[in-house]
Amino acid sequence: MKVDLNQDASFTFPATPLDAIDARIAERLLSAALASGGEHADLYFEYRSSCDFAFEEGRVRSVGRAIVLGLGVRVVRGVASGYAYTEELSEPRMLEAARTAGQIASHGQSPAPVGLTAKALPSFYPVRELSLLRSGEEKVALLRRVDAAARAYDPRIVRVEAGYAEGWSDVLVVSSDGTMARDRQPMVRLGVNAMAEENGKRQSGRSGTAKRRGLDLFAEPGSTPEDHGREAARLAVAMLHAQEAPAGPMEVVLAAGESGILLHEAVGHGLEADFNRKQTSNYSGQMGKQVASTLCTVVDDATITGARGSINVDDEGVPGGRSVLIENGILVGYMQDRISARHFGTKPTGNGRRESFRQPPLPRMTNTLLLAGNDDPQDIIGSVSRGVYAKRFSGGQVNISNGDFVFSLTESYLIEDGKLTAPLRGVNLIGNGPEVLRNVTMVGHDFLLSDGTWTCGKDGQSVPVGIGTPTVKIAKITVGGTKSP
Amino acid sequence: MSAEQGKRQIANEKICQEMAEHMLSLALRAGADGAEVLVRDGAELEVKIRMGETELVKEACSRGLGLRVLKEDRAAVTYTSDFDAQAMRNFAEESVALCRLAEPEPLAALPSREEMAREIPALDLWDESVLSIDVAEAMRWAKAGEQAAFNFDARVVNSEGASFGRGVGAVAFATSAGFSAAYRGSNVSFVVEPVCDDSEGKKRNGYHYTSNRFVAGLQAAEDVGIEAARRTVAKLGSRKVATCQVPAVFSPEAGRSLLGQFASVISGGAVWRKNSYLAEREGTLVASPLVSIVDDPLLPRAPGSRPFDSEGLAVRPNVVVSEGVLRTFLLDVYSARKLGRKSTACAGRGLGGGPHVTTSNFILRPGKSSAKEAANVAHGLYVTQLMGFGFNPVTGDFSQGAAGFWIEKGEKAYPVSEVTISVNFDDLWKGIDVVANDIDARSSVQCPTFRVARVTVAGT
Repeated sequence: MKVDLNQDASFTFPATPLDAIDARIAERLLSAALASGGEHADLYFEYRSSCDFAFEEGRVRSVGRAIVLGLGVRVVRGVASGYAYTEELSEPRMLEAARTAGQIASHGQSPAPVGLTAKALPSFYPVRELSLLRSGEEKVALLRRVDAAARAYDPRIVRVEAGYAEGWSDVLVVSSDGTMARDRQPMVRLGVNAMAEENGKRQSGRSGTAKRRGLDLFAEPGSTPEDHGREAARLAVAMLHAQEAPAGPMEVVLAAGESGILLHEAVGHGLEADFNRKQTSNYSGQMGKQVASTLCTVVDDATITGARGSINVDDEGVPGGRSVLIENGILVGYMQDRISARHFGTKPTGNGRRESFRQPPLPRMTNTLLLAGNDDPQDIIGSVSRGVYAKRFSGGQVNISNGDFVFSLTESYLIEDGKLTAPLRGVNLIGNGPEVLRNVTMVGHDFLLSDGTWTCGKDGQSVPVGIGTPTVKIAKITVGGTKSP
Repeated sequence: MSAEQGKRQIANEKICQEMAEHMLSLALRAGADGAEVLVRDGAELEVKIRMGETELVKEACSRGLGLRVLKEDRAAVTYTSDFDAQAMRNFAEESVALCRLAEPEPLAALPSREEMAREIPALDLWDESVLSIDVAEAMRWAKAGEQAAFNFDARVVNSEGASFGRGVGAVAFATSAGFSAAYRGSNVSFVVEPVCDDSEGKKRNGYHYTSNRFVAGLQAAEDVGIEAARRTVAKLGSRKVATCQVPAVFSPEAGRSLLGQFASVISGGAVWRKNSYLAEREGTLVASPLVSIVDDPLLPRAPGSRPFDSEGLAVRPNVVVSEGVLRTFLLDVYSARKLGRKSTACAGRGLGGGPHVTTSNFILRPGKSSAKEAANVAHGLYVTQLMGFGFNPVTGDFSQGAAGFWIEKGEKAYPVSEVTISVNFDDLWKGIDVVANDIDARSSVQCPTFRVARVTVAGT
C-alpha cells in the first residue's frame, strides 16, 4: 500500500525519503517493536526542511539551511514508554531502534500482526505553494521592506534586525492500532527587532508573525512587512519615555490578542492530562467543578485555518480537533494524549505532540483561546479608576503544582480614571491560575487571535502554539513594578 | 566511510574528525573560499521512575554536521545528519551555492592562521565508566532516590519522578584557517522531584539534582532524594508577603539565573548591537567591589570546559569583572572585529547556527562570608526560585516572579510564593553587600549565595 494523502490536491509536495516507507516496512518495524510484549507501539517518521535569512545593518548577513531526517519508535506498556530513534532510515538501523524501544516490555505475548490503513485527514493549512520552492530573492525583498518601513517610521530608530524563516515537515505516523497518517506541515515566520535611541536612552521593540501559510500571508493587510517594521519601531519609540511601574495588587485590563498568554499559563498547562493523571496539577480532581468565573469559556482548537498551533494530525496519529476545556467557568475537559486517555477511559483529543522524532509525545496545547463575551472594550477600560492596561507580552511561565504563573509585559500603560495615560516600563505580573480566573469580571466581544510567534516549552520540548483572547478585566492581580507602594 | 560499516561506534572523536575534514575538503572543492565544519556524535540514556514504576526508558545515538561556508565574503550556515557519500557532496555544493543569497560582509571572514590554537589542553572531561551504566543500574538509582524522598517525610505523598541520565559525545572542528581537532566528554545527572499536597488543592513541588562528568562525582541517590524531599516539604504553607522594599538573599540556584542574564549583557553580540545596558561601560564600575566574575574554560572536569573555541582559537580564562569593574566583554571573532578588538576566544556554536559568544564556566567568585551570614538581616526575602522572562537587556529593567522564604532576624520564618521582585539590573549588581563562600559547581554557570541590599517585592 502506498500512502499518499495530500490534503490539498492543488499542488504536489516535493519528494522526500518518506516516500520510500510503505506499509510492509512499517508492519515489520511494529512487529519488531512489539516482539517483547508491548501493548502499543508507534513510529514517527520525520523529514524537515528549513531555510532562514538574517538581515541587519541593511544587508543579508547570513543564509541558513537545514534538513533533518529521522524515525522515533515508542513502545508503551501501561504508563511506561520505551523510546529510541535513528537518523538513518536503513532497515537494519530502524529495526535496531524498534527493538531497543521494545525492551521496555520483557514479558507477555506479542500481539497479532498489525494491518495498516491510511487515514484521511482534515486540512487546516491553506497553502497553495510551499514558500521554500520560491526564489530566495523574494524573501530577501520582504526583509528589505521590513527594514525600510522600520527606519522610515521615526528618525530615532537607529538599528533594525530582521529575520525570515520557513520550513515544512513531512510527517508519517504509524500506530499499532492500524492507523497510518501522513501530514505535510508548513510554516513561515517573519520577525523584526528595532531599536530607538534618544539622548543616550535606548529601547527596543519587536514584532513578527508565524503561521502555517505560504508567502501570500505577507500580502494581507496587517501582515505585510511594512506592518511589522512599523510596529517594532512604534513599540521601541513608545517605550523610550516609559515610567516606573507600580508594585502591588491592582485592577488589570488585558488587551485582546496576545494576552491569551494568560490562558496558556493560568489554565492551559494545568489541564494537560498527564499532570492530572499523576495528580500533580492544582486542577487535579476538579473535573465538573467551578474553576473560573462564569464569564470564562476556554477551548483548545487545532482546527483554525493557517494558525501557528493548528495541526491536521497530532504526533500520535490522532486528527487535530477542538476541545472545550472550561465552559462558563466549569472544568469540562483535559487535553489528552493516548496514554492519559486510556487512564481516564476516554478518547485522545489530538493533543499528543512532540518537538521532533527525538522525543516521545506529551499532552500539549495547540491554539488555546478564551472565547468572546459581551462587554465593550472601551467600557472595560472605562471601568477602571487606577490600574494597568497590558498590551504586548514577551512570555510567561507557570508552576503546574501550585498554579502560580507569571507573564512579562513589554508594552503596558497606566489606567487613570478610565483612560490610558503613561507608558510603563517592562513589568511582570504574577498570579495564581484559579484565583485569577475567578477574578475575571468583564470579557469583551472583541476576540482576537494573536498572530505572534509563540513557542511553548515543556520537559525540554518546544512546539509552536497559538493564543487568543478578547479584552478582559481582572479585578485583582499583583503587578511587579518598582515604584514604592 | 568506516564508521558506517558494522556496529556504530559511539562518540569516537577520530571518526568525527575524519568526517569534519572530509566535509571541509568537499566544501573547498565546491568553490568555497573558506569553511568551518562542526561534527557532533553522541549517545544518550534516560531512565525515569515515578511512584516506583518505570515511566520512560530512552536510548539513542545521534550524529550531525554543521557547516559554515564563505564565498566572496558571503556566508551560509547549513546543517545535515545525512552522512551518505553522495549526500555529503550534494550538501557541500548546495551550501556554497546558498552564499549567493547573502551579501558581502568582509568582517565575517575566518580568523587568520596565526590565531589558531596550537595545543589541545587535556581537561579530563571523559569518564569511561559512564558508558557502563546500563538501564538496570539507572533504574536502581532512580528507585532508590525516589524511595528515599518518600521515606524522609510522610508528607511527601506524590512524585514527578526520579530521572537518571547519561550522555557521551565527541565534538570535532575543522577549519580552512588551518585547524582541526576533536575531543570527547561525558556527563551523568540524577534528579528527584517530590510533590506534597498543600491546602486549597495546591500542590508543592520541589527537586534536587546532582550532575557531573564523572560517575564518582555524583552525590548518592538516597542523599539526592532526601534533600529533594526536605526542600519540597519546606514549601508547605507558602504565602504572599506585603509589598515592600527589603534586602534579598539569592540562593546559588536563584543567583545562577541572574548570573546567566549578566553573561548575556557582556556578550560581544549584544554589545556591538548596543543591545545591552553595559554597551559603553567597559572599564567602569558595574557591580559592587565584592563582585568578581571569571569565565574559565580550562577547569579540569568542569561542566563547561572546552579545549578550544568554536572558531579554533586557543582558550584562556577571561576575568570579566574584577572587584566590581568591568574588565572585558566576551568576544568571538566577528563581534571583536565589529568593536575593533581581538577575540577573547569565546565562540561557541550549535550544529544549526554560526559562531556566537557562549560562556564556558561562568563563575561569580566566592567571598568570605558563610551563607548564614549572608541571610543575617532583620527582614528580607530569601529567594530560591525565579520565574519568567522579565529582563530587558537594553535598559536593565528586571522584574520576575519569585519564591523562597521570608527572613526574620536572620532566620527563615515561613515559605513565600507568588511574589515578584523588581530592581534595575545595574542597581542589583551594585547593591550586592555580601557574597558567600558556598559556590555551587554543578553547572556551567556557578555562583554562591549573595545578598542585594534592596529590591522591590510586590505581593499583597
